[in-house]
Amino acid sequence: MAAIETTSAAKPEAAARPNWLKRDLLGLAVILAVAAIGYFLFPNNLALLTRILGVALLVLSIDLVTGFCGVATLGHAALFGAGAYASGIAAVHFGITDPLLMVVVGAIGGAVAGIVSGAVILRGHGLAQLVLSIAVVHLFHEAANKASVYTGGSDGLSGISPDPIFGIFAFDLWGRTAYGFAVALVVIAFIVLRLITRSPFGMLCRGIKEDPIRIRAMGASVQGTLLKMYVISGAVAGTGGALNAISTQVVGLDSLSFTLSAEALVMLVLGGTGSLYGALIGTVSFMWFEDFVSAANPFHWLTIVGALLIAVVLFAPRGLYGTALTLADRFRGNGK
Amino acid sequence: MSPVFQVQNLNKAFGGLAVTQDVSITMNPGDRVALIGPNGAGKTTFVNLVTGHLDPDSGKVLLGGNDVTSLGPTPRVRQGLVRSFQVTRLFPDMTPEEHLALAVMQRTGRTGAIFGHYQAKADVMAEVAELLRTLGLDHIATRKVAEIAYGQQRLLEIALALALKPKVLLLDEPAAGVPQSDTPRIEAALAGLPSDLAVLMIEHDMDLVFRFARRVIVLAAGAIIFDGSPQDVTRDARVREAYLGSYANDRSAA
Repeated sequence: MAAIETTSAAKPEAAARPNWLKRDLLGLAVILAVAAIGYFLFPNNLALLTRILGVALLVLSIDLVTGFCGVATLGHAALFGAGAYASGIAAVHFGITDPLLMVVVGAIGGAVAGIVSGAVILRGHGLAQLVLSIAVVHLFHEAANKASVYTGGSDGLSGISPDPIFGIFAFDLWGRTAYGFAVALVVIAFIVLRLITRSPFGMLCRGIKEDPIRIRAMGASVQGTLLKMYVISGAVAGTGGALNAISTQVVGLDSLSFTLSAEALVMLVLGGTGSLYGALIGTVSFMWFEDFVSAANPFHWLTIVGALLIAVVLFAPRGLYGTALTLADRFRGNGK
Repeated sequence: MSPVFQVQNLNKAFGGLAVTQDVSITMNPGDRVALIGPNGAGKTTFVNLVTGHLDPDSGKVLLGGNDVTSLGPTPRVRQGLVRSFQVTRLFPDMTPEEHLALAVMQRTGRTGAIFGHYQAKADVMAEVAELLRTLGLDHIATRKVAEIAYGQQRLLEIALALALKPKVLLLDEPAAGVPQSDTPRIEAALAGLPSDLAVLMIEHDMDLVFRFARRVIVLAAGAIIFDGSPQDVTRDARVREAYLGSYANDRSAA
């Protein structure tokens, strides 16, 4: 093949490549620092912080399918709840009370729910997809409600008493162990997801989000790839559900609700999609703000939360993280 | 030489309107064929039938002797039938390097890997570098596609098709929308295509057709009305009538 002459100097821009490993290590350090600050600043509020981390796993899992693959869903709590019930049922009915095993069971439960709901949701596109996702979460909710022998129905599944972690760290009344466990799970999930999103498979997913027709023209299967991501996403959401079951020692029908699905999507949009960082920032800001405002003004807190969301969507459409990046770029003088 | 691509008696009708009528084409490795025809001649339908986006009413499509008529678009790509798009279909947020790495990894069955990074795969990077250099895109390898010129995007479109190592390449108006100043680069890229690759180009720009093709097929009202050399196409009375009009007269006068 003949090389084509180029008019401008053919100088590779290899030097301009972002050093993503360094940036991710920095990100990880920030996450750990924030987790430590949370521990020392709010020692009486660790239960809330643990709950935030559980939901953060759900929001991360939505980012995988929505932010990286472009699949719209308002039913992702089905995967979270499936994980919560799977680990809860394993503990109460089958005597699996080792917290690590419970997390594994939860992740598997979430992954299976991911296959089931993905197989349904991925048949539609756009609005139809959104409606299917809502239908799926309602069906999961109803199934859990009806199977009360296993799930406790509307009373919830109680009596979960996890063993100490590694037989050493017992779950205490202040929630210190649960918080440490939650931080560890989120950090591990974050590292794994960071690797997955940078992998060849992750690139394929980004390609599908930008142009599925081109991906097909490359000979890749769009449906197969999306379903695989749904399974990974389910495992992450299921881990979040299991964490919630372990830390609160109870699983309720609200973990399978449309409300949780919708709120989690709002948190993702608030933080910014497609970066994983946005999912974490969105969850922490939304849940902290919700808690703070509801305590400060119990009568109008929902109005205030709503107003904040409108402000963010209108003035920072790329979410808190995306906007921060844009501002940082502009500050450095290379804004695009 | 055994044919690499055969279309046999392909028919397609929408309602009562026959849009593809008994079309048969045989291509060998190294062929350079241009498919031309006036608007509404059925070129797009033909491309869709061949690539598997539409099912024919009757007829066959064979790739390297295998009947692929019942296969969908994706398996046909895997068997070596690759197309480019009339309007570029690229990923605006990705770089040319990422595009090509993805295509190379897809071809070699490595896009399912959930760990690892393409930059750590020496063979992928070497192949990507070679493609970028061949098409003169190495100086913009790490820029986002949304930020590069349209002519360069068209070159990337060709590079992307080559990265899949096709046996048959369908080029849908490769120079469409490219500024005049950039067309020589596209033409150079087309001239540099691998010599054993069978290329079918659908094109409106007759100058490009005459420079590129060694064989021209003219489609009108869904049927082939001419299949022969570029020199003869302008002399064919039916072609003149159906399509070329004054252009043919100008050329034969010149």
